Amino acid sequence: MKPMTVNQLPIGSVSQVERVNAPINKPALAQQLEDIGFLPGEQVTVLRRSLLGDPLMVRIGSSTFALRRAEAQLIEVANISQ
Amino acid sequence: MKLSKIHFFDSYPLLALLGNPNCGKTALFNLLTGSRQKVANYAGVTVERKEGRLTLASGQSLRILDLPGAYSLYPRSLDERVTCNVLLGRAEGEKRPDLVLCVLNATNLRRNLRLVLAAKRLGLPCIVLLNMSDIAKRNGLKIHAADLAAELGLPVIPTIGVNAHGVDELRHFLDGLDWRNLPAQSTAINTQTNFTETDNQRVQQILEKLALNELVPDVLADRLDRVLLQPILGPIILVAMLFFIFQAVFSWATLPMEAIKWAVDAAAGFFSSHMSDSWLRSLLINGILAGLGGVLVFLPQILILFFFILLLEESGYLPRAAFLLDRLMATVGLSGRSFIPLLSSFACAIPGIMATRSISNPRDRLVTILIAPMMTCSARLPVYALLISAFIPNQKLWADLDLQGLVLFLLYLMGIVGAMAVAWILQHFTSKQFQVHALMMELPSYHLPRLGNLILGLWQRCEIFLRRVGGIIFILTVCLWALSSFPAPPLNATGAPIEYSIAGMLGKALAVLFQPIGFNWQISIALVPGLAAREVVVSSLATVYALSTVNNSANDALIPLISQAWSLATALSLLAWFVFAPQCLSTIAAVKRETGGWKIPLLLLSYLFVLAYIASFVTYQTALLFGWG
Repeated sequence: MKPMTVNQLPIGSVSQVERVNAPINKPALAQQLEDIGFLPGEQVTVLRRSLLGDPLMVRIGSSTFALRRAEAQLIEVANISQ
Repeated sequence: MKLSKIHFFDSYPLLALLGNPNCGKTALFNLLTGSRQKVANYAGVTVERKEGRLTLASGQSLRILDLPGAYSLYPRSLDERVTCNVLLGRAEGEKRPDLVLCVLNATNLRRNLRLVLAAKRLGLPCIVLLNMSDIAKRNGLKIHAADLAAELGLPVIPTIGVNAHGVDELRHFLDGLDWRNLPAQSTAINTQTNFTETDNQRVQQILEKLALNELVPDVLADRLDRVLLQPILGPIILVAMLFFIFQAVFSWATLPMEAIKWAVDAAAGFFSSHMSDSWLRSLLINGILAGLGGVLVFLPQILILFFFILLLEESGYLPRAAFLLDRLMATVGLSGRSFIPLLSSFACAIPGIMATRSISNPRDRLVTILIAPMMTCSARLPVYALLISAFIPNQKLWADLDLQGLVLFLLYLMGIVGAMAVAWILQHFTSKQFQVHALMMELPSYHLPRLGNLILGLWQRCEIFLRRVGGIIFILTVCLWALSSFPAPPLNATGAPIEYSIAGMLGKALAVLFQPIGFNWQISIALVPGLAAREVVVSSLATVYALSTVNNSANDALIPLISQAWSLATALSLLAWFVFAPQCLSTIAAVKRETGGWKIPLLLLSYLFVLAYIASFVTYQTALLFGWG
């Protein structure tokens, strides 16, 4: 089974970051996501999606970020609970 | 805000403020140095280093650098690079800081602490400022500074950036330091190695030890966001809010505008009855009073607009508006990151263009620079307001809606639509591999706007405007008056004297070029000094028309004059011209500075000129078809 990524999470569910994958055409993106707090073990929740499902509003630890779907797709999560 | 290359206080110890974006570094900087740098509630307000000076009670002077916020010490964008270069001692004309003041947002230690750990590795003496400690306390977070200090191995001092006494303890601490012998951290470690994950584990440990590991939800933000960011309701609220602002710009300003107009008229009346007819009287009445008064009258409207912009900036709503509009930006190939620079451009394109430094993708940055000037800057507001007052009837549409406010809203909208269209076209000139657009924008907590900041912000706007009126606008108005008054008309002249002057002849020559878009020679003259500053178009028109009238009722107001002299088609065409009009010279200079060459500014100048000409041509010809000639 493929691991779940942040963009697939149901709204309001709490899960933990497993790892951040680097996209081939822009590897720096993964580092950037780690810089703002998407690190293994951190608690992540999707708070809402905008009208067409993009961008997403994501709570990571105690900060809130707006991410585009392409960015959210890079973040693998585990231990999902409602 | 020029950075001087010469430093007079070079011998004083140098302190640098380091911290995550939007943790309140600039607020602390302002408190410590008595500066008045811009603060607002979103990430990336500060994009360059700023220097200030602090004198302690003991008489010791310190230099303090305010640096752009950074999430890590691996720079992603131009503004983050500034921060890293200063800390590593690579910044041009600047020594390495003697002490790093590491600012923590106490309500978000989890993310902020990682930067402290990275800062420790720089090998520089370092102290930690626990900022926003008041909000943390209110949220029920009990942070023991002493325990945190023990864990970090660094001094920790609580501060409150928005409180006049918020840095007293810090001042006291700095006074107790021996500046010749600061305790340096263990030797610097190669910053290229990636410590992100080990740092995170260390932060977890610290938080657990201090019993701060539990995540405190931001109840207020969650509740407000549920309404303000609701997928359908959210955009409606955003549009309604903007709509209300433009309505207010017209309806609230009536009284103060009348007062200014009355004062200018009274002054003109005084001079014309107490002075004999001379060139000096003409300069005073037709040049200075008509010109400057014509611009000054729009100050209330500018202040009302800025009142709302400041309110939005302080509250934390702005990045949320960017969240709502991000999808739209994506369609034209831009990231939501471009939103804040574009928004700043509503004040003036120059800070907007500078704010693009926080965009990490160079292609996105360039496109944002190219379209930023299309956002309606506050210098265009007087031109819009003048034409709207003269040609759009002041009547109510349904639901108490003001027609003039609606037209103003539409003009702002046209600029935005034009900018989006250009971005969309430019998208087709970029190869696919550069089209990965990151958003990753922090949505901060909501804060109640602070009255002091609002008043200060408005006062600064007022100062800027008055300095422009007294400076560049004054000089150009006098120049234009001179060009329009000399040489004197021949004795057998039939028209107004101005028609025989240098400016009159120049205007008539230019009018050939502008005739197809409906501009007469008076407008053509006014457009030339308008290149230096947009408001000058208004003052120039006032001067030109004051001098054009054959019977000498010089202090006639400009609005009734032009509403008689121009057709509606001409007025609409001029409005369309100003939506796209080629930028003022200072914007072109800013673009040259930011892009490091003449290529981009020349491209900008020519494409906006062509766009403005086409827009005016279409508007004018369409209006003629409707019989509004």
